[in-house]
Amino acid sequence: MTRLADAFIADRPALICFVTAGDPSVAATPAILDALVEGGADVIELGMPFTDPMADGPAIQAANIRALGAGITTADILRIAKDFRARHPLAPLVLMGYANPMLRRGPEWFATALRDAGVDGVICVDLPPEEDDALGPELRAMGINFIRLATPTTRDARIADVLNGASGFVYYVSVAGITGKQQAQQASIEEAVARLKHATDLPVAVGFGVRTPEQARAIGRVADGVVVGSAIVEIVAEHGTAAAAPVAAYIKTLSAALADARKVSA
Amino acid sequence: MNAPNSFRAQPDERGHFGPYGGRYVSETLMPLILDLEREYRAAKEDPAFAAQFDDLLEHYVGRPSPLYYAERLTDTLRDSAPEGMGAQVWFKRDELNHTGAHKINNCIGQILLAIRMGKTRIIAETGAGQHGVATATVCARFGLPCVIYMGAKDVERQQPNVFRMKLLGAEVRAVESGARTLKDAMNEALRDWVANVHDTFYIIGTAAGPHPYPELVRDFQSVIGREARAQLLDRTGRLPDLLVAAIGGGSNAIGLFHPFLDDADVKMLGVEAAGEGLEAKHAASLAGGFPGVLHGNKTYLLQDDDGQIAEAHSISAGLDYPGIGPEHAWLKDSGRVDYTAVTDREALDAFQLLCRTEGIIPALEPSHAIAAVARTAKTMPRDAIILANLCGRGDKDIFTVAEALGVQI
Repeated sequence: MTRLADAFIADRPALICFVTAGDPSVAATPAILDALVEGGADVIELGMPFTDPMADGPAIQAANIRALGAGITTADILRIAKDFRARHPLAPLVLMGYANPMLRRGPEWFATALRDAGVDGVICVDLPPEEDDALGPELRAMGINFIRLATPTTRDARIADVLNGASGFVYYVSVAGITGKQQAQQASIEEAVARLKHATDLPVAVGFGVRTPEQARAIGRVADGVVVGSAIVEIVAEHGTAAAAPVAAYIKTLSAALADARKVSA
Repeated sequence: MNAPNSFRAQPDERGHFGPYGGRYVSETLMPLILDLEREYRAAKEDPAFAAQFDDLLEHYVGRPSPLYYAERLTDTLRDSAPEGMGAQVWFKRDELNHTGAHKINNCIGQILLAIRMGKTRIIAETGAGQHGVATATVCARFGLPCVIYMGAKDVERQQPNVFRMKLLGAEVRAVESGARTLKDAMNEALRDWVANVHDTFYIIGTAAGPHPYPELVRDFQSVIGREARAQLLDRTGRLPDLLVAAIGGGSNAIGLFHPFLDDADVKMLGVEAAGEGLEAKHAASLAGGFPGVLHGNKTYLLQDDDGQIAEAHSISAGLDYPGIGPEHAWLKDSGRVDYTAVTDREALDAFQLLCRTEGIIPALEPSHAIAAVARTAKTMPRDAIILANLCGRGDKDIFTVAEALGVQI
């Protein structure tokens, strides 16, 4: 699976964009995904809605409620992914969500369905390396990247555990907290990215609290990728079914800011 | 499944009860969960920890709680039983504990752990408010600030407990997300915890959540079963034929059952809340759910085909949760414990039955157990002994019961 790896080979940090599937409706999601690509996103994270998004702040909680209220199902998400793959053969697509919807029909079923839909990777918020058995072997068998999270509480002694079985990239959650507006200090991000890059050759992407082009650029100077989520989800919340154009415009400001962010070589 | 040599050797070193349990938490919480496990292992080996726990249970909580032979209830049930049938009914009186329920046993143990770990702030979730009151109580006792998350709907229907928590110095935060009940309160407590891991200890109220919570809550609550076993042996020279306890998350039930699990002749019955009926709205995760992952553990959950969690319903706010502790999931699959379910209506009838026959106003949670006792006692011989856990008193429920009975207070 090279699509995901290819996203990180350009001489600029990758822009990784999150939206919630089915928000504001199942029918509206494909145009929003296209807008992310049009705006310059290098990796798309498609959120799988869950009734109990424990790690999310108010913006993404509300998006989950809107999407489930609009009737999104796992079958819809897989169809959205498959259609996206048909329209964008080269754009990396990652599913992000919570363990229960992913495991409901069994890990083999899920991994097979993702392969058939052309999904490149999975981020599972509540499946730490200690529970890798629940899903990891099946994903790896199907060639799907299992993207692991590292956080400010991940001590050096744990980093090897976090990286064991991980692929695609490492997602550094820069804030000990929920998704949303809280921002980490640049110095702490730089220190954490350096620690992770010392331990792995995988690209390191940084997320949580990234909203402005300036923030993205600052993080992009040290990280291989920058993840933006809640800020996009808020635009979708504001514009609803007409969100594609303003989403594309916003993503362009981020991708422009990253185009001239010079990566510090590890 | 082959029967294991012992039913008391769970969980394994990774916190798994067979396929259930585990540590399904975000990476931010994982190091803290590992710290907690280490600290709990150390505390278990520390005689000073046990001594302080036992001292507080005796002098602050009021343990041991009595074991009581419910003679009039037994006689009343025999009136409608076949000839020679009608087991003796005994109650473990955990409703006589300080704060009126078994919840305080666990809170004492967990706050001692929090202090050992140097944590300076306590959070908890609560449904009916019993665990919130117990947590606020131990926080007042040890002088730690306390934030209680409670679904906004539960805040409305449990005002006396909300006021109690405030009197005890706790801050009660009403949770407006989701269905605004216990599940949502737990989500919000987890969100607080993940943002405040450096100084905050989360006192989980039932034998569920990520490892080591199911194990340590069970261990703290096992004082119920240990006392009951010794008391019944002392009084009758024998073990009970059947143990009965209500189950929401399952902490009072596992606390009663666990010390008896290797007594092969002792049968056990866990009683879930069937709400308006198992075909309608209910809270019986074992009877109507499927294995899944929520709130840090794998267990039976009420959920749809896509893994979206369903809203539970029970007249008892303390049972109104779509999951169950992972050890119960394992005990169900292994066949060691039987599980049944009791409707709101049956629980209300049992509530009134106990009030009138024994002069005890039970909480709605153990009223479910009493309903199952009433059903089962008639099928057992007169010399058989049923031991049920009276895990809470009903003062908190009189408004709910009055409304259900159509009475204006």
